Amino acid sequence: MDLAHTEEEQEFRARLRAWLAKVLPELPARPSPDDWPGRRAYDLGWQRRLYDAGYAGLHWPVDAGGRGATPTQHLIFLEETERAGAPYVGANFVGLLHAGPTIAAEGTAEQRARWLPPVLRGEEVWCQGFSEPGAGSDLAALRTKAVRDGDAYVVTGSKIWTSHAEVADWCELLVRTDPAAPKHKGISWLAMPMDAPGVTVRPLRTLAGSAEFAEVFLDEVRVPVANRVGAENDGWRVTMVTLSFERGTAFVGEVVACRRTLGALARAAKANGRWDDPVLRRRLGRLYGEFGALWRLTQWNVSEAQGSGGVPGVGGSVFKLAYSHARQELYDAAAEVLGAGALSLEEEWTLERLSSLSYTIAAGTSQIQRNIVAERILGLPKGR
Amino acid sequence: MDFRLTEDQRDLRAGIRDLLAGRYGREALRESVRASESSGVASSGAVSSGVVSSGAVVDRRLWRELGEAGFFSLRLPESEGGVGLGLPEAVLVFEEAGRALLPGPLVATHLAAGAVPGAASGSAVVTAFDLGGPLVAYLGEADAVLGAEGLPAGEPVRSVDPLTPLWRSSGVLPSGYREAGALLTAALQLGSALRTVELAVRYAGEREQFGQPIGGFQAVKHLCARMLVRAEVARTAVYAAAVTGDAAEIAAAKLLADEAAVRGARDCLQVHGGMGFTWEADVHLHLKRAWVRAEQWHTAPEAEELLAARLGAEAEEEAVAEAEAAAMG
Ligand SMILES: Cc1cc2nc3c(=O)[nH]c(=O)nc-3n(C[C@H](O)[C@H](O)[C@H](O)COP(=O)(O)OP(=O)(O)OC[C@H]3O[C@@H](n4cnc5c(N)ncnc54)[C@H](O)[C@@H]3O)c2cc1C
Repeated sequence: MDLAHTEEEQEFRARLRAWLAKVLPELPARPSPDDWPGRRAYDLGWQRRLYDAGYAGLHWPVDAGGRGATPTQHLIFLEETERAGAPYVGANFVGLLHAGPTIAAEGTAEQRARWLPPVLRGEEVWCQGFSEPGAGSDLAALRTKAVRDGDAYVVTGSKIWTSHAEVADWCELLVRTDPAAPKHKGISWLAMPMDAPGVTVRPLRTLAGSAEFAEVFLDEVRVPVANRVGAENDGWRVTMVTLSFERGTAFVGEVVACRRTLGALARAAKANGRWDDPVLRRRLGRLYGEFGALWRLTQWNVSEAQGSGGVPGVGGSVFKLAYSHARQELYDAAAEVLGAGALSLEEEWTLERLSSLSYTIAAGTSQIQRNIVAERILGLPKGR
Repeated sequence: MDFRLTEDQRDLRAGIRDLLAGRYGREALRESVRASESSGVASSGAVSSGVVSSGAVVDRRLWRELGEAGFFSLRLPESEGGVGLGLPEAVLVFEEAGRALLPGPLVATHLAAGAVPGAASGSAVVTAFDLGGPLVAYLGEADAVLGAEGLPAGEPVRSVDPLTPLWRSSGVLPSGYREAGALLTAALQLGSALRTVELAVRYAGEREQFGQPIGGFQAVKHLCARMLVRAEVARTAVYAAAVTGDAAEIAAAKLLADEAAVRGARDCLQVHGGMGFTWEADVHLHLKRAWVRAEQWHTAPEAEELLAARLGAEAEEEAVAEAEAAAMG
């Protein structure tokens, strides 16, 4: 049980801190949430700076163009960038945390050479085309079909809830290549160019009013067979690799951000007098304790991953369950601090409160996570 | 950074688990419940006798064996005859004691090692005024009270937990013990919480209704999953607080471990159905002990206020730093 950082880790932190202090003031102003082209340019620009400074793909393996950093260094990176108020991964999310690691783990040499460098350099944006109208929690029920025609698949179907679809260059797409096989056995993983003929993107408005995700209609889209990652009909296994990355590390930086928000909440509550209400004060105290513990849980999971060669384990589900709940509690508490002010969309916390509602749904609902915990960690019988 | 347990820490934990499995397994646990009832300290309704003479719940021989194993002298320097280990090792050992539902003023005697003669070796039983009020546990069989001159007089009170005899008395907790006391009590709660997950999962796998194990029903599964999530969050909080020794982290660890233990026992009871409401099942022993421990050292309101105070102080520091930065820029 050692929480102290090695000299090497401390040096890494110091160098990163100095670099952040230098570059953050040089950044352009943040685009408005509705300015999608602006957001894309901003997020890619930040990724380019990371690349030039040697911080891109920190946790990716060296032979995939990454820096081969330890999970602890990656954790320090996420902690420091968040603490300094650096931009979040934004539109680079799927490329850096999802599709990229999957291609690095499962792709051929040509595929890695084609797709990984542009992600690291901040040149290409990926989106994730997994969910369908008829396949959400039961992802393996997906029906978008891909029929082989020479050296291409002809893909027809529709995807839904695809985040960043409007500004993406590539889509990691799950398709059914064998309709006769059992549902987990007939799926393949394709990299689909978003500008291919037959792709139509229709933005969906979220309850926060913005268009964060979209429906994607696919009408006889030709995707080269060479764009398939992993064997034909082996896409489910490839997908499981991707999902373990998503649940394992995707929210680390956000825990740091939540702790900063708590500090701001305390200041606001002191300023408007609500801090004197012991019920609210104790509520904030409890959240402070919970987010501290969640940060420790992150360090625990990272230490475990470090011991097992880097692939995050099912501990990610335990973390996601606790974190998504705590985040919703945090912004409910923020609303209590704001009082009627929480009804104004001009308050940043009101928007955050709205967006926090997706945390118990996206990336596997809390019910699905509890099934995973019960069946895979506790060994209870599988449901039908 | 490597938060995982070292080999030595794992061995230590396994050692104490073996010792307790051999010396205080289920039979011994139920035997102490029976013994406490016949001596009249228990509150099982049926046994409402007035005379509470001995009320001995602590097995003195086991207490000395624990002493020999280093349970009480664990953190005493080797130069003073102790084991010379720290809080991280202590929480692992206390976690095991919590799992086994070992009765007795374990935390107070551990804290008294080096200060009260006989505590380190387990030849003395030392209790403490850690309940924040007029009640004190194990007074009738204690040789000393932490930080007190002599043994105060007391009136026996019928206790909700058959294995925690309570006495009405008066006295205060001396300063300097509260943090370690809260942390080690949190470790006991953690052990109990993890044990109730195991008990619930085992029962859910054995008990059949509607032609299948009840653990196949999602409502039961999700109760178990929630228990585990609370216990795992509490675990990292307890371990981290043991490493840093930070007062706010200790308060958070106590808060979260209390909740994991109390709510874990409640959910475990629910999973056991009617069986869970019986005296015979162990579930109520976990729940009642968890209620007692939740009142010791740091109650939830105290922990939350302490955490709020830390949050408030940090927030003000940040505000000052920001104002200074703004003034300079
Ligand atoms: C903000 C946001 C962004 C997203 N981004 C993407 C993206 O980029 N790409 C992508 O592919 N997908 C994305 N998703 C989709 C997301 O993965 C799905 O919404 C999620 O998996 C749930 O599927 P569903 O919406 O169809 O709900 P359903 O599966 O229909 O679930 C509805 C309800 O039923 C419950 N339920 C379903 N099955 C079970 C079961 N077996 N046991 C118990 N309860 C059950 C669920 O928990 C839920 O409460 C996003 C979602 C959100 C909210």
